Amino acid sequence: MTTTTAGNAFTNLANPTRFLNLSGAVLPWMTGITALLFAVGLFMAFTAPEDYQQGVTVRIMYIHVPAAWLSMMCYTVMAISAIGTLVWRHPLADVSAKAAAPIGAAFTFLALVTGSLWGKPMWGAWWAWGDARLTSVFVLFLMYLGLIALIRAIPDPSRAARLTAIVILVGFVNIPIIKFSVEWWNTLHQPASVIRLDGPSIHPSMLYPLLVMALAFTLLFFTLHFSAMRAEIWRRRVSSMRRRAAQAAA
Amino acid sequence: MSHDVYVALAYGITAIVIAALILWVVLDQRARRTELSELEARGVRRRSALPPASGTDHGG
Repeated sequence: MTTTTAGNAFTNLANPTRFLNLSGAVLPWMTGITALLFAVGLFMAFTAPEDYQQGVTVRIMYIHVPAAWLSMMCYTVMAISAIGTLVWRHPLADVSAKAAAPIGAAFTFLALVTGSLWGKPMWGAWWAWGDARLTSVFVLFLMYLGLIALIRAIPDPSRAARLTAIVILVGFVNIPIIKFSVEWWNTLHQPASVIRLDGPSIHPSMLYPLLVMALAFTLLFFTLHFSAMRAEIWRRRVSSMRRRAAQAAA
Repeated sequence: MSHDVYVALAYGITAIVIAALILWVVLDQRARRTELSELEARGVRRRSALPPASGTDHGG
């Protein structure tokens, strides 16, 4: 009985119409809180002290680090969605993976560009191919582009969903490589300084602006993701209704 | 090049990319809703929106 109730609740949540209603109610709030967090985060980022070694370029960290975190988090969301597609055939799982791919590509692009703009004045080089962190993030960017192309290349939606889900899960191996590359190999990129077993190594005057900006970026991602999912559900409805109209006319 | 220029470029490019993402999502939503409204105005209904008696297929 309890299992049935839980199953019914899961089925209800998996319902696209229910998702549209719920997301429609929460999105205005998410948009407002995201804007507020960005205002506070940017104020904190530009009033935080300059680093004694990096000088003013430390301010790039407040957008580079959240963008890099999101590039990996977005792929993790896609991997969870891929499991939902392959194992449970969740109606929203494929919608979620498809909607997340362009957003993930954009944040990965930002991580690469802002990292490069930080690297030139600090390292004296825009890019270093021998660096495992830089190269693995670039591979992630190529994977996002490849997935977007794959989704668009297969006309049958259910076949595209299954193939994309398999490729996403295979590509997930790159996420731990990105995360631990700075520990496994001797790289130019500095090691983790926030998520560490012995606690953050950044001074609180720079850590708090970074955390607020990370929260703002994360909420921005979910706001964009939910909005893109709504558009994708409507796109599928339009497609289905056009097929019905064509069948009725034939 | 001054270090301020690198910071300005990083924030400028980030602002442009995020603005483009927001614009893409908003325009995509608007276009899909317009298409849905046009189909509904023509009397086309989704299968799940039809009354149970009118449908003979059971595909959901």
